[in-house]
Amino acid sequence: MTPRLELLGISKQYPAVKANDAVSLRVMPGQIHAVLGENGAGKSTLMKIIYGAVRPDEGEIRWNGQPVLVRNPHEARGLGISMVFQHFSLFDTLSAAENVWLGLDKTMPLADVIERIRKVSHEYGLDVDPLRPVHTLSVGERQRVEIVRALLTKPQLLILDEPTSVLTPQAVEKLFVTLRQLAREGCSILYISHKLDEIRSLCHHCTVLRGGKVTGEVDPTKESNASLSRLMIGAEPPQLQHREAKLGDVALEVKGLSLAKQSPFGTTLAEIALQVRAGEIVGVAGVSGNGQQEFMAALSGEDPRAPRGSIRLFGTDIAHMSPRHRRRLGLHFVPEERLGRGAVPTLSLAQNTLLTRTECVGRQSGWIDVAGVARQAEELIRRFNVKAGGPDAAAKSLSGGNLQKFIVGREIDARPKLLIVSQPTWGVDVGAAAQIRAELLKLRDAGCALLIVSEELDELFEISDRLVVIAQGRVSPSVPVREATVEMIGEWMSGLWAKETAHA
Amino acid sequence: MLKLEARPQPSKAMSFASPLLALAITVVIGIVLFMLLGKDPLKGLYVFFIEPIKSGYALSELSIKATPLVLIALGLAVCFRSNIWNIGAEGQFIVGALCAGWMAMQAGPDTSRFIVVLVLLAGVLGGMLWAGIVALLRDRFNANEILVSLMLVYVADMVLSYLVYGPWKDPQGYNFPQTITFAAATKIPRLIDGWRMNIGVLIALAAVAGFWVFLFRTYRGYQLQVGGLAPLASRYAGFSSRSALWTGLLLSGGMAGLAGGLEAAGPLGQLTPHVPAGYGFAAIIVAFVGRLHPVGSIFSAVLMSMFYIGGELAQSRLGLPKSLTGVFQGLLLFTLLACDTLIHYRVRWQSVPAAPSVKPVAAPTQKIREA
Repeated sequence: MTPRLELLGISKQYPAVKANDAVSLRVMPGQIHAVLGENGAGKSTLMKIIYGAVRPDEGEIRWNGQPVLVRNPHEARGLGISMVFQHFSLFDTLSAAENVWLGLDKTMPLADVIERIRKVSHEYGLDVDPLRPVHTLSVGERQRVEIVRALLTKPQLLILDEPTSVLTPQAVEKLFVTLRQLAREGCSILYISHKLDEIRSLCHHCTVLRGGKVTGEVDPTKESNASLSRLMIGAEPPQLQHREAKLGDVALEVKGLSLAKQSPFGTTLAEIALQVRAGEIVGVAGVSGNGQQEFMAALSGEDPRAPRGSIRLFGTDIAHMSPRHRRRLGLHFVPEERLGRGAVPTLSLAQNTLLTRTECVGRQSGWIDVAGVARQAEELIRRFNVKAGGPDAAAKSLSGGNLQKFIVGREIDARPKLLIVSQPTWGVDVGAAAQIRAELLKLRDAGCALLIVSEELDELFEISDRLVVIAQGRVSPSVPVREATVEMIGEWMSGLWAKETAHA
Repeated sequence: MLKLEARPQPSKAMSFASPLLALAITVVIGIVLFMLLGKDPLKGLYVFFIEPIKSGYALSELSIKATPLVLIALGLAVCFRSNIWNIGAEGQFIVGALCAGWMAMQAGPDTSRFIVVLVLLAGVLGGMLWAGIVALLRDRFNANEILVSLMLVYVADMVLSYLVYGPWKDPQGYNFPQTITFAAATKIPRLIDGWRMNIGVLIALAAVAGFWVFLFRTYRGYQLQVGGLAPLASRYAGFSSRSALWTGLLLSGGMAGLAGGLEAAGPLGQLTPHVPAGYGFAAIIVAFVGRLHPVGSIFSAVLMSMFYIGGELAQSRLGLPKSLTGVFQGLLLFTLLACDTLIHYRVRWQSVPAAPSVKPVAAPTQKIREA
């Protein structure tokens, strides 16, 4: 059989890094082919080359046996290649059908488009209402719109970039059913991911990338997580030590926290109640866009509108306090955006230390002890193993994982009494992620209270003592991790927990 | 084919070289301009770049122009670094001059020399007041500070006209629109007899040092800069954007007012409708050409002053319009902005794109088949 797509010795050199180094890959018709690799392994560049968004320096692309030059995404779609990006490109104010229409041949009337969307979504079990405006759709629904849009062009190759990061476990299962059906019909699928379980259950073949090179070609169904991760990072991630929690006082008490949304597409928080005790980690699960951002802003003090008495830190009402004031009382926060929020991109690491740490600032004079700050940053770099040029390196010159280690380290080093972390390992490579989780556990064992928001359920199950779920701006009752199952949390993620608690 | 390629790191060398390159390009365009105007380009360049610095007296005149530019640019640099766009320094300069002028007019023949301090203080307060209006409107009603500060320039101009044509007009001034000449005691002390250079130069140099310390050694200055570079990071850290707004505007207003006071009680010695000389607007260019850095503003202010004096000399010596000053100042800013591209990008010669060694294959075999 002729391969659907064949890449021969593809290389791409960027100024600082060789993103792809003689990468070869072969996708057969009807094959679900995984491309596995850490962040920065060169997966995205490779997909952009296939999709015509980036031009390779060397190498050959063969499409159904024919050498081709894909100059832009338009030509790629002409060949029959479709791509669903990790970040959706939909207009919030338009309906699903109008969004799909935008990418199609303009001669087709909108009514026909709506008809075709209905037909395709019915065929593949992709539940999409073409008339609803996109801003009313959940993230999972938006993804379905994107997939339908891709399918309308009858692709021979569908590229999916980290499609499950925004889905509940149940929605992931549904997506897999659709993808398997597509593959049976002869469509090839390139599935980019770093989630080992998914690749093992879905894919027929797996190409592993590390540092821009192919480090393995395996049948994922015959591999274990450990062997795959060895190929991916060159080592197995260290196992975490999870000791029994030693519970202390109530550190954080949230009661009756309701907050109207600030932007039209935000989420309104409704009657949130939550307790975190010293010495435990409480995980907040949920699909993104369900109020996590708003909840975190109210806890950190970036949004000071919370009603009085709704947020207490060791009994003190902090609902109205500024972030600096809360920090002085021992509440530290790591936001999910590293560049631009957790750190100023153009400032040095030393200057970024000053963002939340003021030990080197004169209390009366406001004078900055420049040498002291540099020493402090250097100490953070050393202690948390940050790969950086030194305290003078600009924050944006660091890789995502290293900057995250620096920011988490900066807050841990402040010896907080309550640490709130949003997406601790988002876009962070496996090695750094393991190190960050270990540091968080160490902090817990030292008696700090931790509240961790994450979209990665595996991560929450790995480090949390108790779990709550946030959905549509409401927070579920907590459940000890020992008693929680992925299915149950997945169901709660769609907002259905009332029954469980009724007889609990 | 010329191609711009992103640098992995912004080039340090280029950030110093870029202003020099911009100056060189400005000179080249200037030569072309003089030739098109039918003047000897060498003479033209001499008038703009040599004459203003060729003698001690010339340098003293240069300092008269450069001092207000440095003072105003210092305040603006702080403002712009914190992402507050005060473009109405000209208005704050005028009100500073007005307040300083009022104070100076209170002096009689036997007033102590120390009234100079009060005169300058009045100037500072006047500038702060005018900028404070901008801050207040922005803070209370979220009014755009760019528009408000700019429009207040014209209001200030009108107030000045009203006063010098009306209540403050010198009764013995043959009906000219001007105030009385200020008492000798209020004169800004000169540094050297016979030259107009005054202690304003020293104040400006001290201010440069002060602003450098404020920006790079105090937490307050750090907070302002974070607010400008990354507003979300500033909110995350808990720095108040309101206090940044007020600090930035009051500082820059105060500096512009100080410059106005120095001008009124210095070279002018009285108030006339010609108090506004465009320093407030030129200082915006000075601040940017000087990289929003206190020390950089000295160099750019000197350069801009040379253009001022050159323009005046070009008028009298070469018979060219004085607006040449504005042309040169604008050219410098534009070429600088263009040259700054080289800090983040490098230029590469590239032969025809190195395509994979295959010919494009037409795609029609797999045409889009709509569902």
